[in-house]
Amino acid sequence: MTQQILIAVVVLGALGILFAVVLYFVAQKFKVVEDPLIDEVAEVLPGANCGGCGKAGCRAFAEACVQQGNLEGLRCAPGGDAVAAKIAELLGCAMVQGEPQVAVVRCNPANCGEKRRSNYDGLRSCAFQNTVYTGESGCPFGCLGCGDCVEACQFDAIHLDPVTGVPTVDADRCTACGACAKACPRRIIELRNKGKKDRRVYVSCMNREKGAIAMKSCANACIGCGKCEKVCPMSAITITDNLSYIDYTKCIACRKCVVECPTKAIHDVGFPTPAVKPAPKPEAPAAPAAEKVEIPVAETAKA
Amino acid sequence: MNLLNISGSPHVHSDESTKKIMWRVNMALIPALLVAICFFGLNALLISIISVLSCVLFQWLIEKYIMKVPTTIGDGSAVVTGLLLAFNVPATAPMLWIVVIGALVAIGIGKMSFGGLGKNPFNPALVGRVFLLISFPVQMTTWPQVGGIFPMSIDTVTGPTPLGIIKEHGAEALPQAWDLFLGHVGGSFGEVSALAILLGAAYLLYKKVITWHIPVAFIGTAFLFSLILWLLPAHEIDVNGVKQMVDYIDPLTAILTGGIMLGACFMATDMVTSPMAKSGQLIFGAGCGLLTIIIRNWGAYPEGVSFAILIMNSVTPLINRWCKPKRFAN
Amino acid sequence: MGGVHPEENKISNDAAIEVMPVGKQMVVLMNQHLGAPATPVVQKGDKVKVGQLIGEAQAFMCANVHSPVSGTVLKVDSCKDAFGLSKPAVYINVEGDEWLETIDRTPDIKRECTLEPKEIVAKLKEMGIVGLGGATFPAHIKYSIPEGKKAEYLIINAAECEPYLTSDYRVMMEHAEEVCIGISILRRALGVPNAYIGIESNKPAAIAHMQEVARQFEGIVVEPLKVKYPQGAEKQLINAVTGRRVPSGKLPIDVGCVVSNLGTTFAVYEAIQKNKPLIENILTVTGKELPSQHNYIVRIGTTYNEIIAHSIGQLPETTGKVISGGTMMGKAVVNLDAPTVKGNASVLVIGEKEARRAPETACIRCGKCASACPMGLEPYLFSLLVKNGRTEEAKEHNILDCIECGCCFFSCPANKPLTDEIRLGKNRVRAMMAAKK
Repeated sequence: MTQQILIAVVVLGALGILFAVVLYFVAQKFKVVEDPLIDEVAEVLPGANCGGCGKAGCRAFAEACVQQGNLEGLRCAPGGDAVAAKIAELLGCAMVQGEPQVAVVRCNPANCGEKRRSNYDGLRSCAFQNTVYTGESGCPFGCLGCGDCVEACQFDAIHLDPVTGVPTVDADRCTACGACAKACPRRIIELRNKGKKDRRVYVSCMNREKGAIAMKSCANACIGCGKCEKVCPMSAITITDNLSYIDYTKCIACRKCVVECPTKAIHDVGFPTPAVKPAPKPEAPAAPAAEKVEIPVAETAKA
Repeated sequence: MNLLNISGSPHVHSDESTKKIMWRVNMALIPALLVAICFFGLNALLISIISVLSCVLFQWLIEKYIMKVPTTIGDGSAVVTGLLLAFNVPATAPMLWIVVIGALVAIGIGKMSFGGLGKNPFNPALVGRVFLLISFPVQMTTWPQVGGIFPMSIDTVTGPTPLGIIKEHGAEALPQAWDLFLGHVGGSFGEVSALAILLGAAYLLYKKVITWHIPVAFIGTAFLFSLILWLLPAHEIDVNGVKQMVDYIDPLTAILTGGIMLGACFMATDMVTSPMAKSGQLIFGAGCGLLTIIIRNWGAYPEGVSFAILIMNSVTPLINRWCKPKRFAN
Repeated sequence: MGGVHPEENKISNDAAIEVMPVGKQMVVLMNQHLGAPATPVVQKGDKVKVGQLIGEAQAFMCANVHSPVSGTVLKVDSCKDAFGLSKPAVYINVEGDEWLETIDRTPDIKRECTLEPKEIVAKLKEMGIVGLGGATFPAHIKYSIPEGKKAEYLIINAAECEPYLTSDYRVMMEHAEEVCIGISILRRALGVPNAYIGIESNKPAAIAHMQEVARQFEGIVVEPLKVKYPQGAEKQLINAVTGRRVPSGKLPIDVGCVVSNLGTTFAVYEAIQKNKPLIENILTVTGKELPSQHNYIVRIGTTYNEIIAHSIGQLPETTGKVISGGTMMGKAVVNLDAPTVKGNASVLVIGEKEARRAPETACIRCGKCASACPMGLEPYLFSLLVKNGRTEEAKEHNILDCIECGCCFFSCPANKPLTDEIRLGKNRVRAMMAAKK
């Protein structure tokens, strides 16, 4: 009996030692030398692997940071300035500050939900529906409502509105990683600066057709009339291909364009009171006046 | 007028549905159920009803309260599982409650824990059956004696199955092949009558729910393998110092006894757990047949169909990887 | 291998071809074919005659567009097509019905053709002929055989395996001789002695009629085909007629075959022998819900609404879908104000109940999609790969071999939109390959 036990112990022990030696040599041979800094950088990253930085994942981003040695052109949107500061500390380089951004859906749900013009019955994928036809709204530039953006979001920050079917962004959760913008086949999602006090003004339409045709597609379409361009004090608005665009780096959120827009295609977010259209010519009412007081302040702050 | 519907092509569908397929399988199981009621009386019917009801109930409960998804009990797949589970147990009184445990294991562990219909790697009814076989070995192998047509008494005298007879007494004591074909023998109550099962299988073939590949490969391999064994001269072997005569049963009896017919026609052909390509189905069926005979002759259990199918179920993803449909022009 | 048997529904078989009157205004789209849009060569206020060139093919992959009516050009603008997308178009106010003098409008059949192959191809280009089987591939490109390749077979696709469609059938019944002359011209252009007309054997009348007419033409053989969708798919048809198989990623000409749709051969006859450009479609108006079934000759540019108004008055209340093409590969139309374009073979109306897809359920791995696939692919696998974004693997499993015939969705008991998913996957694979280049 003892002999049997002994044999078992010896054989297994010998095997164990043999494997250990083999493993040791294999590990030596295939050893990958890696900068330990990469691990440290990867440690401070959020680890969502959202791909918002344009790299394959958080680790790839960390590798890129360490390789480059500074943060020029590299930014982790979900981590924001806090993570950028930590990485800068680890790398011993200057920190690159970025304006916090948020995703914005540039479509006005005027023809969606109950007002849709056809019933899409195929694969629930915007990318596919886009190859079939204009979509339920009838607008060839508008939201298709199948939620490719919702699927792409790693942070549960974008959801289809149950009534209109057009996505809405939860600004608190949105990390501006840009995954939704990439997923949208019609490119109606844009990353824009969050703005002061979370106040933003943007053109909520991507329709590039001529005004009359765009109006047929959607009552709230941008018709490229140019009124907003004229009224903008900061020359932040340009019109290309019958579509207005507000440059968020120039915009001071005065909301003159919001008031001016004849189709209500320009949206304002985060303001306590709605933009009020001034009565034809006379003095502006009290609320917008208060807003106006703020404008120069904002301007000076920026300058 | 309504809104126009828009979708990519095609704009027609064959009208085939999972629901239709499952209910056709249920239809095909009815002859075997009728035969079982004839031979084993009310017990068989009661066990079937209890098994089906508990399968459906467990699926509904799990979907509603654990998975929180819309219920799918209407598709009939739980009914199939319930019937097949019932067919795999003996028609005795204890089974009236034991089968409920089997149903819970079959539906809960065998199916829903993997995500529900279509995602289970193993045939749920067999998972339930094997669980019962291991947990309740005595009750699961106590077979009622066939009481003739419409037995009145529920407490039927227990009698051995043909395979049990072979394990213990050798092949001479066997019932006739004709009795086996009709089902006038002891055994799990759904598997006794080859005739009733073949009737159901013919219906499924006609309705294109199953193809011939798996049943033919399964039964054919089992037949051939038993034939080879049968043709071997009887010889003695030494089992732990005791000399035993080895004597194999004839191939016809081999395929008509036990669960081969039921297994080959209804359980190995389960779409979810069998390969998709025809070549893969042939391999799958042959594997089942081979393993069944191996387990019967050299394993601890008198019957090996359940284990054989479960083992082949586990190989299905591999078979699917190897056996691809023939591509056009390649 | 593979294939399915959808309900044939050839309910408009016996309706003789009628001529649809011309409307008050015509909108002619500039891209009615595969490839780049034609460039408009008329301006606002120009007078045009029927058959006059209004859009010129300037790119390689492009086809000429001719005026289907006579009148004044109202504007050169954009117009929404049947799927709601804006396309460049020429609007023409119809005035009278004045044809170009060069067009032979007599009903006489002109049999002789002495043009050289090069001249035939040039004339096909001039007349704006495109393949009328659905892909609208410009004919002059197809019949210019590339250097180093040789055509041995000309195969005429008259399988019409799509449910409901009957326009090819009607053309065979009413214009068999013209079709055979058209085939002879194409044979001449390709320099092949023989041509095979593949007809599914569920059209015995057409087979008998074509056989009788083809007897006068040496080398034209009518080939009855097994009834099975998609028998009329290019690769399947070549295989059925010649036994040759076009390998993955190759073209029919690589195995010495050229396939032409039957409707195209009639258009070729008219273009070459009668100088008539492609300005008309032969179009089926059909559907179980409709009070009557029709086959029409329709000027290109007539809107769907005009066709519906003329043929059946208005769409029935129960309409669920309007399809241009057959039920298996046709396209659902959303904008009925859109003009028809070259190659439109039908206005097919499907009832609400039939049109709605049943809700998707779980895949039960039955493998019916794989057995139905005529290309021997595994649609269920593509479904998984596409859903999980595994584009590279989808490519490795030859997703690009898919001919989008729809057999997988048709046979799927779980109602999974497999064909949609595969199309999406193919687009992704193509995008991936383009990005790599």
